[in-house]
Amino acid sequence: MTMVDIKHIVEEKIQIIEVSGDVDASSSIHLDNAMSKAVEQKTNIIADLSGLSYISSAGLGVFMSYLQEMENNNQQLILCGLNEKVLEVFQILGLDQLLIIKDNKEEARLQLDATV
Amino acid sequence: MVLSDKLKMRISIILAIVCWLVLTYLDIFFLYKNPGNSQPPLLSRIFEALFFAFLYIYFRYAIVKAENFNFLDLLWRVFVTGLIATLVSLLITMSYKFFGNNTLLKSSLISNFFYHLNIGMVSTFLMSTFIIWKKLILYQKSKLLMQLWSLFEYSMIGALLFDLLGYQIPDPVAGAVYIFLLLQGLVLTFNLKWVAYLNFKQKWKSILFIFLVTVYWWHFLRLLMEYRNQPAIVDIFMTKVFIAAMASFILIYAIIAILVILFNLPTSSVFERKIKEAMDFQRLSQSIPAGQTEEQVYEILLDSSMSAVFADAAWIEIEAAAESKPITYYRNIEQAEVQEIKESVKNSTLKKILKTEFDQVSNPQKITASLKNSMYKTIMVFPVMVQNVQIGSLALLKEVNEGFNREMINIINTFVNQASISVENFRLINEALENERYKEELKIAKRVQKALLPENLNTEGIFELHAYSVAADEVGGDYYDILKINDEQYAFIIADVSGKGTSAAFHMSQMKGIFHSVARITTDPKEFLVHANNALSACLEKTSFITGSFFLIDSSTKTLRFSRAGHCPSLYYCSSEKESRYFQNKGLGLGIIRNISYSRYVQVNEINYSEGDIIILYTDGITEAVNANNDQFGYDRLKNSLDKRTDLPPEEIKQGIIDDLYQFTGLNNLNDDYTLVIIKF
Repeated sequence: MTMVDIKHIVEEKIQIIEVSGDVDASSSIHLDNAMSKAVEQKTNIIADLSGLSYISSAGLGVFMSYLQEMENNNQQLILCGLNEKVLEVFQILGLDQLLIIKDNKEEARLQLDATV
Repeated sequence: MVLSDKLKMRISIILAIVCWLVLTYLDIFFLYKNPGNSQPPLLSRIFEALFFAFLYIYFRYAIVKAENFNFLDLLWRVFVTGLIATLVSLLITMSYKFFGNNTLLKSSLISNFFYHLNIGMVSTFLMSTFIIWKKLILYQKSKLLMQLWSLFEYSMIGALLFDLLGYQIPDPVAGAVYIFLLLQGLVLTFNLKWVAYLNFKQKWKSILFIFLVTVYWWHFLRLLMEYRNQPAIVDIFMTKVFIAAMASFILIYAIIAILVILFNLPTSSVFERKIKEAMDFQRLSQSIPAGQTEEQVYEILLDSSMSAVFADAAWIEIEAAAESKPITYYRNIEQAEVQEIKESVKNSTLKKILKTEFDQVSNPQKITASLKNSMYKTIMVFPVMVQNVQIGSLALLKEVNEGFNREMINIINTFVNQASISVENFRLINEALENERYKEELKIAKRVQKALLPENLNTEGIFELHAYSVAADEVGGDYYDILKINDEQYAFIIADVSGKGTSAAFHMSQMKGIFHSVARITTDPKEFLVHANNALSACLEKTSFITGSFFLIDSSTKTLRFSRAGHCPSLYYCSSEKESRYFQNKGLGLGIIRNISYSRYVQVNEINYSEGDIIILYTDGITEAVNANNDQFGYDRLKNSLDKRTDLPPEEIKQGIIDDLYQFTGLNNLNDDYTLVIIKF
């Protein structure tokens, strides 16, 4: 079984979701739960994927499925810390055109501060 | 030559009769020649011994094998054989007395003839009884017992031979042999284990039959005594060691058997109970036959438990039965009373069990309790567990205080456990059947899906196509297809539904429908993808998307127009440049943006192709396949694998790449769907 570890940190104005391990068809449920909770809070979200070593199409589907809802909520999702392989997966699918992807958390925070 | 038992029986009885006739003839002839002499010739004694031997052999075969008898049948045989022998001897005596005045009958020749007839009868009775006693003694065989019995039988044969010497009781030598045999017989007579297997009624019948045996015995003794007093008798039968030992042994065993059965009469109900418990246990152990339900197991459990512990009332409640409706059975008790008892129970363990909230391994010490304010004084409660989860409870009630002893608790515990196993097996079998059905369904789905994917295509010399596709599960989400638009144009698609398994397979078939309908309306790659995205937006699950690449091959202009919808970049080998590369173009997966703005993300590319060019299309299962070190097969290995084989026909390229892939992954199971398509112009 592949393992995934997800931490959900709620700060004053933003939430941080830290994902590490592998996200495949079975473990994507955990990611979905975390994202669902975060989207409910209606504050901006930084997904820190620096610990993520593999993401399958089902995992990508989780991020994708909340795009419309977050747009309606006026929420922003910023991904950061993607390793080369994971970034490539996002790029091939074209999700890099829809999501903001930053190198690290600090840049992601700056990005959010700039847009507010 | 092997003789059948039946034939052996017939031969031995005929020989026995012949020996008896010869013996009788010899004795009477001897008496006729030497009147007044009472020492019979050796020859006649030999025939007498042979007569005993053949009679013994006859009864050995006549009395059925130990496995097929029951004790009463055996005793019945003894009774009947003895009865016939006695009746015949009585008839002889009566006719003798009736014609007592006839001078002819007074002749010693005639009286000896009748005497010999009587000897035949007595011998028959003794031999048949002896064989049956043997069967009874050897009912529970042990090695020692078998050895003792063989010794006894050999000693008896020895006695038979000894008798030929002419010594008879009370001769001291003969007496010693007799006592030796008697002691052996005494040791053997204490094997009476069969008595324990009789129920009360059978014990009484056995006593009756064995008693009658002693009556016959006494009758024959008196008869022979009478003859003994007649001086004219040629052969003194009853003082032969063999006969005396056998007769004594039969009597001793009969007396001891009667006594043992008498003393066992009061305990026979215990044995009957044990047998019944064993039968109930067997009924519970049998797996539930087809067409029967779990309910029957619960009923059997309730009834056998009640009778095993003499409960006055009982109930069983199963909350989580197979059909998920609760089952309750009450015996000698009303539901209202059950509710009252349940409320009055103070013991916490019992309360838990009754509420089906029990979750530990039962502790047999604490499952009984005394009741107040009820006609029942004691209650015993058992949890019914299936796969370590309590599904219900069994409660037994008694009108006396402390009515359940430790043994009863153990018995019910065994019953409940066995019932649980039966129910568990039953459920597992049903689950297995269900799974089997699902497997069949999936096999059908797999066949249907295979038919959705074309294998080889006739493209009239424009290009050649070979494909390889395998799903990680029975069905998968990979799709490729080709559609002939007209003589010059072919539309081709490769697609990969997110996720895998059945849900992916459904979306894959939707994609096939979309391809075949939309590609007939528009062959423009961008328009095709926008239409497909629109169509899929309405029917894809929220978290699902499909990546794909659409190609339009036009042989009249030798152009290839294509768009990528988030699918892995296609690998293209250009034969003129002798170089392969991945197409780098923008795109977005289908179903990710479910509105008109999708068109912004679609890009159309166009290239000219020439003969020998190759397109490699694949799904991410190929590039993301990992080996034991968790390294991915990746784009570079795929490219290298193609570069080695660009001159080969497409089928061999396909096979080569697949071989490279499996060599790389080793024995690792595939965890995604693999699809590889080779198009060579």
